[in-house]
Amino acid sequence: MNTPVEFLLWVRGPGFDIALVVLLIGILIRLLEVLILGRKPDYSEPRGAELGSGLRTVITRTLPEKGSFRRSPFTVVGGYIWHIGFFISLFLFIPHIELIHATTGLSWPGIASNLVDAVAAVTIVTLVAMLFSRLSHPVKRYLSGPEDYLTWLVTILPMITGYLAYHRMVDPYPLVLGLHILSVEILMVVFPFTKLMHAFTFFIARWYNGAMAGRRGVQS
Amino acid sequence: MSEATLERGMNVFREQVNAPIASFFSSCVNCGMCAEACLFYTETGDPKYTPINKLEPLRRVWEQEFTLWGKLKSMLGLSEPVTDELLQQWEPLIYDACTLCGRCSMVCPVGNDVSYMIRHAREGFVAAGYSPEGMKGASRRAVTIGSPMGVKFHALAAQIKHVEADTGLKIPVDVEGVDYMALLSSMEIMNFPEYLEALSRIFKQAGVTWTISSEAFEATNSGIQIGSSDIARVLVDRVVVAAEKLKVKYVISPECGHAYTAIRWEGPNLIGRAYKFKVVHILELLDQLRESGRLKTEGMDETRLTFHDPCQIVRKGGVLEPPRNLLKMVASEFVEMQDAREMNWCCGGGGGVSANERAEELRLKVFKRKKTQLDELNVETLVTACANCRLIIEEGLEEYRMEIPVVGLTEMLAEHLVKEE
Amino acid sequence: MAEELKPITKTLGESLRESGVSRRGFLKFCSVTASMMALPPAMVPAIAASLDKAKRPSVIWLSFQECTGCTESLTRSHSPTVENLIFDHISLDYHHTLQVASGDAAEAAREAAMHENEGNYIVVVDGSIPLANPGFSTIAGISNLQILEETVAGAAAVVAVGTCAAFGGLPQAKPNPTGAVSVSDIVKDKPVVNVSGCPPIPTVITGVLAHFLTFGSLPELDSLGRPKVFFGKSIHDRCYRRPFYDKGLFAETFDDEGARKGWCLYRLGCKGPMTYNACATAKWNQGASWPVESGHGCLGCSEPNFWDAGGFYNALSIPDSDVIRQAAYVVGAGVAIGAAAGALNRSKQAKAASEHETVTIDDLDKRS
Repeated sequence: MNTPVEFLLWVRGPGFDIALVVLLIGILIRLLEVLILGRKPDYSEPRGAELGSGLRTVITRTLPEKGSFRRSPFTVVGGYIWHIGFFISLFLFIPHIELIHATTGLSWPGIASNLVDAVAAVTIVTLVAMLFSRLSHPVKRYLSGPEDYLTWLVTILPMITGYLAYHRMVDPYPLVLGLHILSVEILMVVFPFTKLMHAFTFFIARWYNGAMAGRRGVQS
Repeated sequence: MSEATLERGMNVFREQVNAPIASFFSSCVNCGMCAEACLFYTETGDPKYTPINKLEPLRRVWEQEFTLWGKLKSMLGLSEPVTDELLQQWEPLIYDACTLCGRCSMVCPVGNDVSYMIRHAREGFVAAGYSPEGMKGASRRAVTIGSPMGVKFHALAAQIKHVEADTGLKIPVDVEGVDYMALLSSMEIMNFPEYLEALSRIFKQAGVTWTISSEAFEATNSGIQIGSSDIARVLVDRVVVAAEKLKVKYVISPECGHAYTAIRWEGPNLIGRAYKFKVVHILELLDQLRESGRLKTEGMDETRLTFHDPCQIVRKGGVLEPPRNLLKMVASEFVEMQDAREMNWCCGGGGGVSANERAEELRLKVFKRKKTQLDELNVETLVTACANCRLIIEEGLEEYRMEIPVVGLTEMLAEHLVKEE
Repeated sequence: MAEELKPITKTLGESLRESGVSRRGFLKFCSVTASMMALPPAMVPAIAASLDKAKRPSVIWLSFQECTGCTESLTRSHSPTVENLIFDHISLDYHHTLQVASGDAAEAAREAAMHENEGNYIVVVDGSIPLANPGFSTIAGISNLQILEETVAGAAAVVAVGTCAAFGGLPQAKPNPTGAVSVSDIVKDKPVVNVSGCPPIPTVITGVLAHFLTFGSLPELDSLGRPKVFFGKSIHDRCYRRPFYDKGLFAETFDDEGARKGWCLYRLGCKGPMTYNACATAKWNQGASWPVESGHGCLGCSEPNFWDAGGFYNALSIPDSDVIRQAAYVVGAGVAIGAAAGALNRSKQAKAASEHETVTIDDLDKRS
């Protein structure tokens, strides 16, 4: 790996394979570790059905409860902006769609690259602001440990390297493209071992929350 | 005599970890939003009161023993174990600073039911010997004497006599084959005998057949509060045995929050089967009577009043509409608090906090939350449906020099019953 | 070769006029050169004046492991152009393919030019230098490495023409049997300009020489030693098909509807995004067309390692492996390990439940 092209070839070849293996196996382990634990049967007479209520909560929790919104507007708005920005950058940028198309055969329309560029810039700024909030807000600072900062780092790196690659701010191009792919692979590898897993487990968590409340006749 | 040990506690922690809890811990991103839903944080500003932080011991058990990665980390000595010191340090957080009100469970963006986890975490704390003296005492009294406040049946019998004398009505005791068996909380027996009187008058008018069991009249369950299913099971079992012996169709849970959770939602799981009877909350029953026209009231209370939603009955019990339907029958100036219904703020004394003397100072401090809610409304009366909330609110109002009478909803209805000739 | 050994006397202007190039044609060349080098139009008279007075510099052209494509590119134009004439009017004192002399006479010519113009001549190199075994490529029995070192010693500057000379090129492609290296891997103490491309665009070579003649210095270079004026932007950024890329309109095959409509060739493996060159603006064959315009994706020939950058028909950032197939195995393994981990969790839970000691009111305290 002496040249940028060799580096690029490694990250998109063996590097990607390794990351994909770790990501998929890791996610499956984490999900099965949770799901197989199960829970005991509930003998209390239900007031409402669990299934529908759980599914409703999976959806409705996406919107903040209005008191929480008033009390922590920054966390809510910042959280929305960067999550949505991240997903737009990830799934609506045409080269990314091309990658997914080439590897899986799935495809959907993207949006104009300069628009994605603007979204990415906003996302990066928001992520930096979120870090600042984590360092300054008493509760977040108190709760946060190394893992919180690690997950922040591996999340923002693909955004930054992607931005640099798009604008060709690092020379030569295969190097910055390789760094971008590498940063995504780091994210993929770190993902199953950290709270990044919430991207999958929140469905389960919200469902249980909604189901248990729904059984008692409350829409949570 | 056996004793509580860390090993017993750890074993219980392991028993508690199930799919919901594992999914909750996996999902938490430390966003801190649960803090803003918790009156212990909002009123103190101390981040250690952030709900999810109260679960650190259970979180460690989950991570270190129920995830491959965590097992690897602890094998490499990279994680901090659960120790006696940790549990000792966390005991005041999980007992003094949580009322199991469940407000945090409503706001968590990833859907974590934090109060569910706290309820489970307390199981391990009890087994390891870390629970507050006040709650231990209440549990001992409940198991040995029959009630956490040490009320025996002869005390209740005395109150029954008074009520019978006042109302001229017979209060049925140990009558077999009636529809309903009423439970009471010891607070109602000792502090608010009006409840019993109200019950007897309403049931008389509505033609409800009912009884009180001399063997199981106590509705409260200290086992639920201290967080020991084993103790809770002993207490619930008494009610189940008595109700099934008297062959009642229904057991009425009184105006007491955690009693409803204990008998309605946890009870069947504690004894491991469904009941042969149904459990209704007194407000549910009254609302059914209202709907079927059996509950007839007259006159309207014209004072400006509001309703305090007891967490266990409303947010965690699902009895949302009955109190409102009933209040509207007898009060013309009923106004809702901000954040009413399933988002209401706790009085600060639920989840056993009221039985925990050590927590008193903190409890009175966080009562400011309720005070703020009441200040916004400028009401003359506060109605509620939980004897514990009622007592805690009265204490809080006194502390903050506020003169608002607190009334139980059942009594209020009884006062407006159509007078029979 | 006797004439070539004369000291340089004629200026470039004189030489051009003798060859019948009009003033108008000359100025046109100057303004094209200026615009290619991104110089303001006001510079055109200055360029013209400088070029007019420039002495014909001595140029020694060394060919190592190469295919002569670079020379072909420069010389096989269909009609004479000012660029050709410029080439005619530098003093090309040594060039295997073009010189008449051979054997000792040829080498004598090289040595004479070196001696005559000590410190002032330009060395142009095409082809890479084999280091694995000096015998792999020799000229008159002298290894490429030795010739290069000797010749460069007295040079003013070195121009590495073509990707082989600039970056190692085809000979260096895996597994690089000759141990081929680029000029800049060897020449460290002289300015080296890389004019990469396989082959490079003729105008780019003449442009570099014109710059040298005009300003007496080498143009500004990028991080790979290439003149920024020609290699400053990617093919992708200057591609006329770029709007289709931005809209997500791609040709899927070389003869589909999209291909006919001139859509982006990214999916067909176009390396435009990673390739820096002037093809999109300078074009080839007197501006007739260029690869992307003719319907084929860019191969990335002006970039290092372009032969090894995956298949020519694979897009740049896309993993080479059969992801779906791989994922299927991995999912299988994940389910197996996950189920085992889950079963372990469950048995731990069950074991804890079986070892549960009932908590009674007698064991709420800890004896300490």
